[in-house]
Amino acid sequence: MIEVQGLTKRYGDKVAVDDLSFTVQPGRVTGFLGPNGAGKSTTMRLILGLDAPTRGSATVNGKPYRQQVAPLHEVGALLEARSVHPGRSAYHHLLAIAQTGGIGRRRVDEVVHLVGLREVVRRRAGRFSLGMGQRLGIATALLGDPRTVLLDEPLNGLDTEGIRWVRSLLRDLATEGRTVFVSSHLMNEMALTAQHLIVIGRGRLLADTGVADFVARAGSGVVRVRSTDPDALAARLRSPTVAVSPAGDGALTVSGLSTDQVGRVAGEAGITLLELTAQQASLEEAFMTATRDAVEFRAPTTMGADR
Amino acid sequence: MTNLTQLLAPTSSDDTRRVTQAKVVRSEWTKFRTQPSAGWSLLTAVALIVGFGVLYSLVRVTRPPRSPADMASFDPTAIGLAGVQLAQIAVGVLGVLLVTSEYATGMIRTSMVAVPRRLPVLWAKAIVLTLTGPLLFVPATFATFVVSQSVLSREQLGTSLNHPGVARAVLGSALYLTAVGLLGLSLGALLRNTAGAIASLFGVLFGLQIVVGFLPASVADSISRYLPTPAGVAVTNVRPDPASLGPWTGFGLFCLYTAIVLGLAAWLLRRRDV
Repeated sequence: MIEVQGLTKRYGDKVAVDDLSFTVQPGRVTGFLGPNGAGKSTTMRLILGLDAPTRGSATVNGKPYRQQVAPLHEVGALLEARSVHPGRSAYHHLLAIAQTGGIGRRRVDEVVHLVGLREVVRRRAGRFSLGMGQRLGIATALLGDPRTVLLDEPLNGLDTEGIRWVRSLLRDLATEGRTVFVSSHLMNEMALTAQHLIVIGRGRLLADTGVADFVARAGSGVVRVRSTDPDALAARLRSPTVAVSPAGDGALTVSGLSTDQVGRVAGEAGITLLELTAQQASLEEAFMTATRDAVEFRAPTTMGADR
Repeated sequence: MTNLTQLLAPTSSDDTRRVTQAKVVRSEWTKFRTQPSAGWSLLTAVALIVGFGVLYSLVRVTRPPRSPADMASFDPTAIGLAGVQLAQIAVGVLGVLLVTSEYATGMIRTSMVAVPRRLPVLWAKAIVLTLTGPLLFVPATFATFVVSQSVLSREQLGTSLNHPGVARAVLGSALYLTAVGLLGLSLGALLRNTAGAIASLFGVLFGLQIVVGFLPASVADSISRYLPTPAGVAVTNVRPDPASLGPWTGFGLFCLYTAIVLGLAAWLLRRRDV
């Protein structure tokens, strides 16, 4: 379990993370979404004790990360890509990290096998492709069989097979009762992987909700209607709280009314409906809606916040 | 990619999972022996100690001292150990790189996530270097001493380890090199940047004396013996400069300077963001 309470981080006069509070529960995959510069990586760094918070606290399994006595066994972390020495072989990288927690070579061989790097593990990590680097990072995270897994953009640079593999790995880890916290900017991928979402923009919490709720909330009130007389229907539907716009081929997009309400208006006016559907927003669209303000009003000077 | 639960089954009990200083030393030893630049730096240092010492004694044996004054200032041990002056650059740079390469590559984040208390990583790096240095440099300085003295003996110019101060100078050279490596490591940890740390290492080793040289002679003379390099190299000289500190006092002072920089780096390591 990860608990974040009033977490705030300033770099100079730039606020990277602003009074963030949330809890990541075990037993499900929690996606951590936000546009670039929203503060995802900074939040991860604060949880892992790499950066000290300006205010607030973050605990993993009940303890601040800096006070963990057996960190590899409590928390498995995939950091931003390229947190390895490029001159060292992948195997020795893993071995050196394993040894800090008294983990032996057998376990190193196991995780290498698990992430599918057996053939290339003796190669220098600097020669690895982005996808191989991600697999190496995931191997590092799994070394200590941790109760909590925290992965920063694990899908970056992976091919379709790799994405599918990570997705099922994360689900399996969650099914085993572990806490799984994954940041990503690939919204649709998160829809397939995560059961719960934490969305941030400009360092602030925008949503802490289930995936289905998040989509439903952002997509509510948009109705597509096609009729024999779109102009007459548009005139009847339009009001200060209802927006109507043509969607081509005689259809209208209506926001602010449910399908029931649109159907009744058409019936009272004697207009024949050919099609009437509630538009389901994709996670991508829901995400755009939720973070639009956060992106629009972000000053260019905060670009460096998401280190 | 076989069954996940089977692979993730716990393999160790609670007590063996703790991060301890001893485990971090093992980890740092693995890093040290598998970091290509470390091996090359050490090889260069040993090659410079032995190669330059032997080469210089081959040159000096063809130009033996003739006047009594030349004879009096002739120091066969110093000729054999001439390479130490050059080797200290390689060792110092190695010390710097042991820390700064982690910052340059981002490896430091992985290291600090694995050891959240942070300080054991710094101590482990220092311990590995302190143990590896003498292991390589003591044989190297003694080997170059033996070979160079056998060269110089052709003209009856050689000396032996039985002479007062000779064994201490040979051993002291190996220890001084190790201490320079530790100073580099400490500066690397303090500044976290390769170029900056190497520049300050050279500044401390060579620059301070130049600066002090600009001061009035009376002031310069009383200060310069306490500067890192004159203090540190006292232990490498058979016949100490009358103006310098005693061999072990000087070396102790050099180690104290190094300890102060390392302590400062440790203090900051706990406070700074990685």
